[in-house]
Amino acid sequence: MNKFVIAVYVENRFGVLTRVTSMFTRRGFNIDALTVGETESPAYSRITITMSGDGYARDQMINQLRKLFNVKKVELLEPEQSFTRELMLIKVKNSGQTRQDVLAAVDIFRSKIIDYSADALCIEITGDPTKIDAFVEIMKPYGIIELCRTGIVALERGSGSLLAR
Amino acid sequence: MKITGADIIIETLIEQGVDTVFGYPGGAVLNIYDALYKNSDRIRHVLTAHEQGAAHAADGYSRATGRVGVVIATSGPGATNLITGIATAMLDSVPMVAITGNVSCDLIGRDSFQEIDITGITLPITKHNYFANDITQLADMLREAFRIARSGRPGPVLIDVPKDVQTALFDYEPMPVAPPFPNRQAPQEQIEAAAELLAAAERPYLYIGGGVAGAGIASEIEKMADRIDGVIGCSFMGLSAIPTDNPRFLGMQGMHGHYASSMAQSEADLILAVGVRFSDRATGNKQKYVRGARLIHLDVDFSELNKNIPATLGIAGDITDAFRRLLSAVSERRHPAWQERIATLRAEEAGQLHESGGLTPHAVIETINGIIGPQTVIATDVGQHQMWAAQYCRFRRPRRFVSSGGLGTMGFGLGAAIGAATGSGDRTVLITGDGSFGMNLNEMATLASQNLPLTVVIFNNGVLGMVRQWQTLFYGHRYSNTTLHRKTDFVRLSEAFGIPAVRVSDLASFRAAFAEAYAKDGPMLIDCAIDPDEFVLPMLPPGGSIEDIILEKEEKA
Repeated sequence: MNKFVIAVYVENRFGVLTRVTSMFTRRGFNIDALTVGETESPAYSRITITMSGDGYARDQMINQLRKLFNVKKVELLEPEQSFTRELMLIKVKNSGQTRQDVLAAVDIFRSKIIDYSADALCIEITGDPTKIDAFVEIMKPYGIIELCRTGIVALERGSGSLLAR
Repeated sequence: MKITGADIIIETLIEQGVDTVFGYPGGAVLNIYDALYKNSDRIRHVLTAHEQGAAHAADGYSRATGRVGVVIATSGPGATNLITGIATAMLDSVPMVAITGNVSCDLIGRDSFQEIDITGITLPITKHNYFANDITQLADMLREAFRIARSGRPGPVLIDVPKDVQTALFDYEPMPVAPPFPNRQAPQEQIEAAAELLAAAERPYLYIGGGVAGAGIASEIEKMADRIDGVIGCSFMGLSAIPTDNPRFLGMQGMHGHYASSMAQSEADLILAVGVRFSDRATGNKQKYVRGARLIHLDVDFSELNKNIPATLGIAGDITDAFRRLLSAVSERRHPAWQERIATLRAEEAGQLHESGGLTPHAVIETINGIIGPQTVIATDVGQHQMWAAQYCRFRRPRRFVSSGGLGTMGFGLGAAIGAATGSGDRTVLITGDGSFGMNLNEMATLASQNLPLTVVIFNNGVLGMVRQWQTLFYGHRYSNTTLHRKTDFVRLSEAFGIPAVRVSDLASFRAAFAEAYAKDGPMLIDCAIDPDEFVLPMLPPGGSIEDIILEKEEKA
């Protein structure tokens, strides 16, 4: 079981995301994360899908995405040739005993405090998903109140554009 | 000139070459029906008894003619009644355009009367669908719907048109019909690699499916088999793609395939599969299906390659073009040992048929074979009678077998046969069972009003035979809810619909009745008394392989 990331350009119109996710249900694909947003072209949205599975699942996913009519382009992003980022907002307990440790971790992970109250600290952190995972692990002993991750966005390294290719 | 959305729909249908539509009116399509009324000299509407029948009719029309079938239904229940018909077309890659009405845009999302999100419901069972909420896009959407339905691997497309879009005014300019989206062309290296595999084969088996029927390469398939000295088998959907009497044709393979065809497939060292998708009913146990053979898989739909069965060489591309190039790249081969083995298998198969002399399914179908002409369309429902038809019917022309393969839709037959007879203009025979026929027999009303040359032959055994067969084999003879205990008199029922009918219980009466029915210009129904314990054989048990083949009915105590 490998994790892989697929970038999909879809027509930026009503109902296209439903079309894509309906296909996942129909084909029995279980995805880890999905993000969608605007791109350099107003005509297209970009969906970034993170999925765990074997080569068969990966190829099926790519083929079935390519068959959809509102899908313009589907590319597998090779980990070595691309970079991935995720954003997380995390709220942890604020207490006299733990505050300095939390602040040290925030500093080391190059994240930032975005809200401060007597009982809680809210932290914003961006990075590779493994970095986010590590930060969550570190925060656990201090008492995580709530957290929210965006899922991955990813681009290929270099000067190319998937859409133009 | 500005015309209404409803008129735009009809003009665009005519522009796309549509001369016949099937459907049922209702509140949200009143404007479309008003436009049909005005244009009744240019486009014909066939009114069915139920929207499901209309959907199956559009499907049958398409299967028999190759043209896009069109069905119209109103919003809400009209639209949901199409669903089984659309799904049936989807699973068998049949080009169809379904047009539904919906409530006006300002009423959408408010649970209005007869409002339903039909585009949401049909997402997984259409090739594509549209919610046409913009009059300025309506004609182009409809054009694109037709283009998608008939391009590449065909399929159904639905377009949902709110009532206010049907009444809105917009400019309409006729446009020429756009050609289908071009298929990718298979790379020549792959064609050459396939030719090399074929040259190295000792026991070649051509395996053809539904994709061949649409590709118009029947004669190329036959030439290829001659050239490489191979044999031809088919999937259920490949039936009628090449003539049954081709000496190299072994018939359908798979769960209820011909013994010789399934055996030859399992013993082949090379399988050239064209336009097939390796359904579980065709393969049985997927791990044991290909064995040591090399598999070349050619399909227009790239996503079929390696989906169900991994191929030695998968070729995605236009089947017609790729197969013609492959044919010219292979040279003459002779495999006497393989042909000798095939002759043995055929002889073994011939020895398996035991004729009792009664009104057996085999005898009924052979009688039909002996009377019908080459253009006759055979339609079926789903169940034992369907498999007997698949095994015994002799086809001489493509598109003469109309049957629900992938979805296995009981109740498909009557509507589909009406559509096939309407579209082809040819005599049509519906072979059905009492179970399937009971599901949508309301379309007898349509058959009577259309007065089509269609003969309905009911294999009436009083049971749901295929399920009963499984209960006999795998559920210890516990016949849960498969014995019908009905009192329906199909002869009087048929006469009540206005269609002459006769009941037969011996072969001579059947022959006389069928000859009479076939000579008619209108419909007739023949109710045949069939033994409820007849089995469809051979049978590969579900998930089994060729070693598990059941050839004889054994009565287990």
